[in-house]
Amino acid sequence: MSAIVTLKNVLKRYRRGKEQVEVLHSLDLTIEAGDFVAIMGPSGSGKTTLLNLIGGLDQPTEGEVSVAGERIDRLSGGQLAKWRARHVGFIFQFYNLMPMMTAERNVELPLLLTSLSRAERKRNVATALDIVGLGDRAKHKPSELSGGQQQRVAIARALVADPTLLVCDEPTGDLDRQTADEILHLLQLLNREQGKTIIMVTHDPKAAEFASRHLHVDKGQLADAARAAA
Amino acid sequence: MKFLPLVWAGLWRKRTRTFFTLLSILIAFLLFGMLQGTNAAFSRGVDAANVNRLVTVSRISFTEPLPYADLAQIEALPGVDHVAFASWFGAYYQDPKQFIFSFPVDPERYFNLYPEFKLPKEQLDTWKRTRTGVVIGIGLAHKYGWKIGDRVPLHSTIWTKPDGTSDWDFDVVGIYEDPQDAGQENAFFINHAYFDEARAFGKGTIGWYIVRIKDPTTAVATGEAIDKLFLNSQDETKTQTEKEFQQSFIKQMGDINFIVTAILGAVFFTLLFLTGNTMMQSLRERVPELAVLKTLGFTDGGVLMLVLAECLVLCVIAAALGLAAAAALFPMLKDVVGIVNLPLEVVGLGIGVAVLLALVTGLPPAWRAMRLNIVDALAGR
Repeated sequence: MSAIVTLKNVLKRYRRGKEQVEVLHSLDLTIEAGDFVAIMGPSGSGKTTLLNLIGGLDQPTEGEVSVAGERIDRLSGGQLAKWRARHVGFIFQFYNLMPMMTAERNVELPLLLTSLSRAERKRNVATALDIVGLGDRAKHKPSELSGGQQQRVAIARALVADPTLLVCDEPTGDLDRQTADEILHLLQLLNREQGKTIIMVTHDPKAAEFASRHLHVDKGQLADAARAAA
Repeated sequence: MKFLPLVWAGLWRKRTRTFFTLLSILIAFLLFGMLQGTNAAFSRGVDAANVNRLVTVSRISFTEPLPYADLAQIEALPGVDHVAFASWFGAYYQDPKQFIFSFPVDPERYFNLYPEFKLPKEQLDTWKRTRTGVVIGIGLAHKYGWKIGDRVPLHSTIWTKPDGTSDWDFDVVGIYEDPQDAGQENAFFINHAYFDEARAFGKGTIGWYIVRIKDPTTAVATGEAIDKLFLNSQDETKTQTEKEFQQSFIKQMGDINFIVTAILGAVFFTLLFLTGNTMMQSLRERVPELAVLKTLGFTDGGVLMLVLAECLVLCVIAAALGLAAAAALFPMLKDVVGIVNLPLEVVGLGIGVAVLLALVTGLPPAWRAMRLNIVDALAGR
């Protein structure tokens, strides 16, 4: 397997009022293509910041972030937006679907940024909804779906443009155990059957068990590095 | 077009609020259509004024009569091509609310001066021979169902007969049309010879002269020459171009343009805040959704355009509905403005104002959406 995500000496500082807060300190990380990685750690440890840097939602203060061979820390805001559209599918804790749009319209959103024809978009949307088992719920609005179904729609939206990696921030944080397990099984299936690289932030050790690799972030460093530093 | 469902969904996120905002914009543009349409109708009469024609009225007031004898002197001036005259008859038909724009004129002179009025020659000839004859505009004929051969009684609020009555009977002998301007097809022209003979007072006078000049560039000089003829006489005159005369005539009713602008200014000023506030509120509620769009790969500029498009769709649809309602109601103003259809330039101007309104009210929220930081927005900061 080859490295799909590489972080070298990444440092991230935020300004909170008059203070500068260093959230990540000189972090190095490599994730192989086809990995299913669970990032765990206490609140405020920097795991979501790490996920945002990998997903191109934020830029490091220092260091290098390379995804699929591209230095995304060097991209401008506009370039980064286009890069995200091509390479990353996002899944959030609270689904973040458009409430006025049907499931199929929500799933279609990333495809609006491509040059696909209407018919091609429709076909891809139908395939994505079938993969997550919601082919028969295409015309339903989010308010007409259960939490688990909404998260499946969100997964279909993340998948539909065939991204290089799926980035999930607490994807089961708002679901009951049984539904959470169904969603995690689905992610596991996508990883195993379709070879999708998945990076998931979670608090839930049971959710992390579905991943093939675990990373622990503590005080802005990966746990091994933190121990070495101590 | 592929983004339209997204724009539409954002717009109707809060149905009730969007409905009432749309309604308030619709009503504002209904008002715009009616008022601006009225204004345009009055302006159209002024714009249609001929550059070759001057109007000579009494220097004291245009309601003061002038001697008929002045005609020959004016006609004799160099540069003058043709002279006609008219008077204000001030009459209504059956009910004071049914006001008739009626003018005693010399048939030959008047219709020679206004070639845009199309009247068949045989009808003009009949009119010249028929003392009680009148020629009416086709708009008036349609309004009251009058036709050639009908006898029409009018009550004049100014002119009485020697027997003390103010009721006048006329025979419709001709119907004219103005293909260029339907607003001019509502006049009622009386044979001056009959009027002058039958009235109890004011004989030998007319209301105003209309003078056609040979060269429009001599309008000022010819006007001055006419006024100079009667300087220091009992009946001093004031000569203006037809356009100036019509503008001053309309201003007797008030500065319509100013009134319309003032009312619409107040309406749109209020609308600006109402729509602007609604759009800002809508944006605040959708910060996480807009952040998600950016996460999916929508650029800052793309999100700006989406919010602006929402505002544009709302304003243009509401304005189109308001202007359509104005067009449907505009025929009710026919008696006031003389035209049936809402002028197209008003519709065009309305859509232009709607686009401007959308840009002004949409730009602040769109700008804010563009500058939205994804990480902060998703974290609810």
